Amino acid sequence: MLNFTAFIPRAVAQGMPLLYGSTGETITQKAGNLNLGIPGVMYVGAISGVIGSFLYERSVVASAALNPALAVGIPLLSCLFGSLVMGLIYCFLTVTLRANQNVTGLAMTTFGVGFGNFFGGSLIKLTGADVPSITLSRTSNVFRTVLPFANSTGWFGKVFLSYGFLAYLGILIALIAAHVLKRTRTGLHLRAVGESPATADAAGINITGYKYAATCLGCMIAGLGGLYYVMDYMNGVWSNDAFGDRGWLAIALVIFTIWRPDVGIFASILFGGLYILYLFLPTGENLSVKELYKMLPYIVTIIVLIFTSIRNKRENQPPASLGLAYFREER
Amino acid sequence: MPAVRMRGITKTFGAVCANSKVDLDIYKGEILALLGENGSGKTTLMNMLSGIYFPDEGQIFIGEQEVSISSPREAFGYGIGMIHQHFKLVDVLSATENIILGLPGKLDIPAAAKKIREICSTYGFDVDPDQKIYEMSVSQKQTVEIVKVLYRGADILILDEPTAVLTPQETEKLFAVLRKMREDGKAIIIITHKMHEVEELSDRVAVLRHGEYIGDMMTKDTNAQEMTNMMVGRAVTLNIERPDPVDPKPRIVIEGLTVRSADGIKRLDDVSFTANSGEILGIAGISGSGQKELLEAVAGLQVCESGSISYLDESGEKHELVGMGPLEIAGLGVQLSFVPEDRLGMGLVGNMDLSDNMMLRSFRVGRSPFTDRKSPRKLAEQVVDDLEVLTPGITTPVRRLSGGNVQKVLVGREIASAPTVLLTAYAVRGLDINSSYTIYDLINRQKKAGVAVIYVGEDLDVLLELCDRIVVLCGGRVSGIVDGRTADKNRVGLMMTRVGGGEERADS
Repeated sequence: MLNFTAFIPRAVAQGMPLLYGSTGETITQKAGNLNLGIPGVMYVGAISGVIGSFLYERSVVASAALNPALAVGIPLLSCLFGSLVMGLIYCFLTVTLRANQNVTGLAMTTFGVGFGNFFGGSLIKLTGADVPSITLSRTSNVFRTVLPFANSTGWFGKVFLSYGFLAYLGILIALIAAHVLKRTRTGLHLRAVGESPATADAAGINITGYKYAATCLGCMIAGLGGLYYVMDYMNGVWSNDAFGDRGWLAIALVIFTIWRPDVGIFASILFGGLYILYLFLPTGENLSVKELYKMLPYIVTIIVLIFTSIRNKRENQPPASLGLAYFREER
Repeated sequence: MPAVRMRGITKTFGAVCANSKVDLDIYKGEILALLGENGSGKTTLMNMLSGIYFPDEGQIFIGEQEVSISSPREAFGYGIGMIHQHFKLVDVLSATENIILGLPGKLDIPAAAKKIREICSTYGFDVDPDQKIYEMSVSQKQTVEIVKVLYRGADILILDEPTAVLTPQETEKLFAVLRKMREDGKAIIIITHKMHEVEELSDRVAVLRHGEYIGDMMTKDTNAQEMTNMMVGRAVTLNIERPDPVDPKPRIVIEGLTVRSADGIKRLDDVSFTANSGEILGIAGISGSGQKELLEAVAGLQVCESGSISYLDESGEKHELVGMGPLEIAGLGVQLSFVPEDRLGMGLVGNMDLSDNMMLRSFRVGRSPFTDRKSPRKLAEQVVDDLEVLTPGITTPVRRLSGGNVQKVLVGREIASAPTVLLTAYAVRGLDINSSYTIYDLINRQKKAGVAVIYVGEDLDVLLELCDRIVVLCGGRVSGIVDGRTADKNRVGLMMTRVGGGEERADS
C-alpha cells in the first residue's frame, strides 16, 4: 500500500519544476510563441541562481550565518535575470527578426544546457571538490525553511505545510496566471494575440509588446522552476545534466492542461507523482520492473496527447497562430 | 466640407506601386462607392485610412486638421472603423469579447453585452453577445464586425466587399442598415464589384485604376457602363453571352447522393440531378449548403454514404464514379477548379511559381523518373498570354499575384487539360468586373466545345445570366431546379433559404 503522507510531499517537490515550466510556457504560447527553448531556459535559470548564491556564500565566512534576505534575494534575482536574457534573445530572434520558432527554440535549449554545464563545470573546478558537484547547502537551507507548524501538525503538516516558499509561490503564480488569462482585459488581449494577431492588430493591440512581455515573463517563471530544482528539491546540489528532461515534460504538460495554468497545478503534481512512483511501488526481486515504472509519465503524455487530439472542442485547441510570426504588411 | 480629405497619397510595396498620388474626399451623410479592378489599390487606400498601412507620401485631413494615422487604435480615435473583407475576428472568443477587444479599462463583459444589445436594437441587428464566433454564419460574423465598429463610436465606416458572401436577402438587410447609418450622419465607404449594388446604394462613386485616382461622380448621373469604362480605361461590353446548348447529352447523372461530414452531419441529402454536355449547370445556394461537398464527391474527394454518380462518355458508356479514386476520375476528363475563400487553399501552392503550379497537373505524365519541366513552362506562358495574367514572370510565386490573377492561373490550368466535365466553384470570387467577364468568356468557350460545366456561384444575377439551368441547394438538399432563362431572382433567393421556396412549394 502506498504511503501517502510520504508520497505526496515527494510528488509535489517533483512536480514544482514542471509547474513553473508549464505555467511559463502556457503564458508564452497564449501569445502565439511556441518556445521550445524552455528546457534551456530552466537550465539557465538554475545555473544563474547557483552562480549568484555561490558568489554570495563565498563572500561570507564559513562560520557566520547568511543574511536570509540576501541568501534568497541574490539567487532569485540572478535566476530571473538569466531567464529574462534568454527570453529577450528568443523574442528578438522570433518576434523582431521573425526567425522560425521551432529552430530558435531548439537552439535555445541546446545553448541553455551547454551554458549551464559550462558554468557548472567551471564552478566545480573553482571549489576543487572531489565529486563533480557544487553544494550550496547554506543557501538551500534558507530556501527550504518551512512553515512553523509543519512538524507539529501530523500528516496535515506533512502534506500541506512542509514545503519551501518557492512551492507556494509556484502555485500562487499559476493561480494568478489563470485568473489574468481568463478574467482580465490583459488576458483577453493576450489570447487574441495568440489566436489571430491580425485581428488583435486591427483592434489596436500592440502585438510586439504583448509577445515580448508574455514570452519574457514566461521565461522568468520557467527559470524559477530551475532554481526550485537546485535549491529546494536537490538541497542546493548542482551537478551537470542532473535536471534531465523535466523541461520537455513541462512543455508536454501545457498540452495536457489544455493551456490552463490552474489545471497545471494538479497536473504537475500528478506528473511528479508518476515520475517517482517507481520508488513507492513494490518491485520484488526484479529491478528491471522499476525501469518500466519510470516510463509512466511519458506513456501518460502520449495517451493524453491522443485524447486531446480526439476531443475536438474548439476552446481546447492550441492558439490558432501558435508558432507563426506576424508581419503586418505581409501581402 | 468633407469629413476626410486624402491628398497625394502614395504607397508602394517593393517594386509594386499600389497607390500613386491619390486624392479622395469623404463626406458625412453620404455613401461613397469605391470602384476599381482587382489590384487597383482600393483596399490599400482604405487600409491607410484605418491605420493598417502607413502611406509613403501624402496627407490625410480629418475636418480641418492634418493627421497621421499610424495604427488602427489611432484610426478609432478619429472615428474611423473598417470592416475587412476577411473578417478580423477571433474564432474562439464570444461576440462581446471580440467587440471590446483592444479597448482600455476594466473587463466587464455583462456591461459590454448590454451596450451591444442597445446598439443592436437601434439598428435592427440580430446578434447574440454570448455566442462564439465559430458557431456563427458568415452574415452574423459580418454583423459582429459592424457592431464592433459602432461600439467604438465610429462615424466613418469603411466596408470592403461586404456583400461578397451574403445572400440577396442578407444583402438587402445590410443595405437597409447602411442607409439608416447614412441618415444618422455617418460617412460610409463601400468597396464592391457588383455594379447593381453601386447603383442601388451609393450616392457618389470614386474610381481608381492601377493605383491612380481617375475621378468621382454622382451615382444618379452615371450608369454601370460608364463606371466600368472608367475602371478599365476603355470601352467594354457588359453582356454575358449565353449561347444555346448544342446537342446536349447527359454527362453526369447524380442520383440520391448523400454525404456526411467527418463529424456525422449530413452535408448532402438525397441530391439528384443531371449535367449535360454543352451546357452550364449552375449551383446556387447560401455558402455552406453543400456545394463544396457536392463538387468534391464528383471529383472523388468525398466519401459518399449512399447514392450514385454516373459519368457517361461520348459513346454513352456508363462509369460509376462513387468508389473511384480522384486520379481515375480526373483521367476520365472530370476536372475540378475550386476557388476557396482564401483562393489559394485548394489547387495552387502559394510558394511555388506559375510553371511549377502547372506541373501539379502533369507531373505524373511520362515514364522517366525526371519530370518534364518544359511543357508546364510553355503552358504557363500560354495561360499568361491568353488570359492576360498580370505577373512579373512565370517564375513568380503564385501568392504574390493579386486575387484575380491567381484565379486566372487556376482556371486556365484546369481548362488546358481539355476536360469533358469542368467543375468550378466561385471562379469569380472577389474578381473585378473585367476579369470576371474574362472568366465567363472562358467558361462559355468550354461550353461551346461541348464540355459539361458545373458552375457553383454566389452572385445570383450572374448565375441567372450565365447558366442554362440552375440547381438550388438549401441545407444540403435540392430545393429546386430552374431554367436560367426564365427563373426569377427573388424566387431563387427564397429557394436558397427554404426547400421549395416556402409557400410556393406546392406548385413547384
